[in-house]
Amino acid sequence: MSAQQVLLEAHAVAKHFGGVKALHDVSLTIRRGEIYGLIGPNGAGKTTFFNCLTGLYKNESGHFVFDGARLAADAPHKAAEVGIARTFQNIRLFGNMTAIENVMVGRHLRTRAGVLGAITRNASTRAEEAAIARRAEELLHYVGIHERAHDYAKNLSYGDQRRLEIARALATEPKLLALDEPAAGMNGTETDALRVLVEGICRDGVTVLLIEHDVKLVMGLCGRVAVLDYGEKICEDVPAVVQRDPRVIEAYLGGSLA
Amino acid sequence: MSTAIKSLARHQHWLALLVVGVVLLLVPFVAALGGQAWVRIANFAILYVFLALGLNIVVGYAGLLDLGYVAFYAVGAYTYALLASPHFAIHLPFWVILPLGAGLACVFGVLLGAPTLKLRGDYLAIVTLGFGEIIRIFMNNLNAPVNITNGAQGITLIDPIRIGGFSLSQSSTFLGVTLSGPQKYYFLLVGLAILVIVINIRLQDSRIGRAWQAIREDEVAAKACGINTRNIKLLAFAMGASFGGIAGGVFSAMQGFVSPESFSLMESITILAMVVLGGMGHIPGVILGAVLLTGLPEALRYGIEPLQKMVFGRLLIDPESLRMLVFGLALVLVMRFRPAGLWPSPQRRRELSESTD
Repeated sequence: MSAQQVLLEAHAVAKHFGGVKALHDVSLTIRRGEIYGLIGPNGAGKTTFFNCLTGLYKNESGHFVFDGARLAADAPHKAAEVGIARTFQNIRLFGNMTAIENVMVGRHLRTRAGVLGAITRNASTRAEEAAIARRAEELLHYVGIHERAHDYAKNLSYGDQRRLEIARALATEPKLLALDEPAAGMNGTETDALRVLVEGICRDGVTVLLIEHDVKLVMGLCGRVAVLDYGEKICEDVPAVVQRDPRVIEAYLGGSLA
Repeated sequence: MSTAIKSLARHQHWLALLVVGVVLLLVPFVAALGGQAWVRIANFAILYVFLALGLNIVVGYAGLLDLGYVAFYAVGAYTYALLASPHFAIHLPFWVILPLGAGLACVFGVLLGAPTLKLRGDYLAIVTLGFGEIIRIFMNNLNAPVNITNGAQGITLIDPIRIGGFSLSQSSTFLGVTLSGPQKYYFLLVGLAILVIVINIRLQDSRIGRAWQAIREDEVAAKACGINTRNIKLLAFAMGASFGGIAGGVFSAMQGFVSPESFSLMESITILAMVVLGGMGHIPGVILGAVLLTGLPEALRYGIEPLQKMVFGRLLIDPESLRMLVFGLALVLVMRFRPAGLWPSPQRRRELSESTD
């Protein structure tokens, strides 16, 4: 695999909470343009991996190489800057801001206007502000909730909130979109719509890292899948192989019996 | 038809501004009928509008509870006092000192902000409270071994704001209208207040304003969106502090005297109460809060004694303690029945109604 093809490499990433090994030397490689799945039982360390990747946690050892450069640990805004955007397992929107304002916050990173621009409202600030609003509207269209643009985020339905979070993440112009259990709590119809959306995002050139409990969704969507169990990667392959791997079956059906 | 309504609405907008303008123009002359003391009270009301709107950036927009705001006011006031008084025999013009005071207050804002970045809510309040006290105690004790602030005696004979030979402290006559010193300060303060209002309004709907709001709503999500929360929070502290510094400079010039006791914790709390009572993050609310909390105690001071004499025929309760009692009661009642403030922003009302559900 050439360096050109690799977007993200995790090198022996480890994270402990006190005596608990949440992540134990996890290494994996994500290629450009793929949908990469990360699955595992509850407490396997999937979200911890996400938090290390996006700089919310500082990993004790190991490191990430993203797009050819080493990621600074412990700096969430820098992770976003180099092109890693994420959503949260327990949706974290700005509830008292409207849907469009939420997406406009996502544009913060790629825009420049400072205090002086805001106070003087000069031509370039006005133009930038208009561009922010336009892009936010486009993104709401893209995820299909433009009709709710001026509703407060906290008043949106659960599925729409998930979509809004994706739109906000996309507003940062990511190369890698990391989705933390986007289908959690969704019904069948909503999950199908989500699948279409994620496929579209990938087709439009954004690599997707997907944490998911819904094994069916992961197997249908992802090109490759890694399985975490007790903080260790026990398997990484195409879904068809992963599904038959005895260690994976054991992890999901109760490893303590084996 | 709808265009007619729209143009009417637009006219109403301008009409309202015109009415406000005329009222603002008349206030110093009407107040002067009751004596120059009332003009001074009006001046303080507007100075507090300015201060409260400065604090509104920190507390209302960025959601950082700052109980030491008066420290920046003190820094501005002492900068002016030291550079325009016989104390060091330095007499710089105001247009040098005011920006200098604002800049210095801004530096102190960053100094306070930097170590408190990881704190929130009550913890932040305690640290800022301590900071405010530290500044006041410094002002009180920086008279030995080298006398810098003249300690508790304070600094006297501070120069008024002067442009060439035109001083804001003496009366002068324009086009047949005689303006007293306080009246001239009134117009300066109104000008500054309009400036800070415009800045508040414009920041609110800007990239920076949205970032502040995002931090207030959910700091982790704001970080994940690529907002450098450290810089954006420091910016809020720095901006709020700069306004405090300017207000302090004007206060110094207007009073001609500063001493540490003007910058007590009570002052910080009063300014915060103006923001909270009026309606956090909502500009008209904050203005209302500042005017009420400056005007009401004065009105009570002058109104209670005659009222008691009228009702009871003699003085039953000492007016000063009754004044504080009524004032405190009013605060409690407002917070009980209008927790979002007297004139809250629609948004804040929503936030609070959600938390009481």
